[in-house]
Amino acid sequence: MIGMFGAAVAGLLVCMVMTLTRAILGPTVFDRVLAVNSFGTKTVLLIALYGFLSGRPDFLDLALVYALMNFIGTIAVMKYTRFGDLAGMEDEGSEESF
Amino acid sequence: MTVLDVLSWVFLVAGAVVVIIGGIGLLRLPDFYTRMHAGGVIDTLGAWLIILGMMLQAGLSLVTAKLVILLVFLVMTSPLSTHALAKAALLRGLEPLEGRELERRGDDD
Repeated sequence: MIGMFGAAVAGLLVCMVMTLTRAILGPTVFDRVLAVNSFGTKTVLLIALYGFLSGRPDFLDLALVYALMNFIGTIAVMKYTRFGDLAGMEDEGSEESF
Repeated sequence: MTVLDVLSWVFLVAGAVVVIIGGIGLLRLPDFYTRMHAGGVIDTLGAWLIILGMMLQAGLSLVTAKLVILLVFLVMTSPLSTHALAKAALLRGLEPLEGRELERRGDDD
């Protein structure tokens, strides 16, 4: 008998496999970033659900930290892809193919 | 099984279904901008339903407060990162598919 949290975890895991497939296949770098960002959101949910599943909701702190890191990571990667540099905005990035 | 448990079941299973739908869309839609819609479904409705289901199980406690913080954070950051992503792709010259091309790519993908 799987509980309600088990059912949600199963759905999340199935979706994570599909997202990871897109991250590996993704023709452009933006597809990969989108997939990784989405994967991060699902990881946050998975950590929170695992806390409930094992009866220790303290895992939510980890989920919060992971959400922060995921957001910062996406913005950093986007800035790097657009400007080719994490520090300044004056360099408009080279035009090589992605 | 109380009313709260039943509601939790409904929210969590609905959230899982929405997340799976988003995953299928992320995998099968034809180009980057359409895939973004699938990503949006996961980040909004999927996450909200699952967190709502967990809130109903936690009751009024510190855990619910943390879940609220998590929800607020997701609500604020996911449009931001989606916007940054779309803007970066558009500025980098990634063209959205239109018309016949969209249908053709949608068929054989």
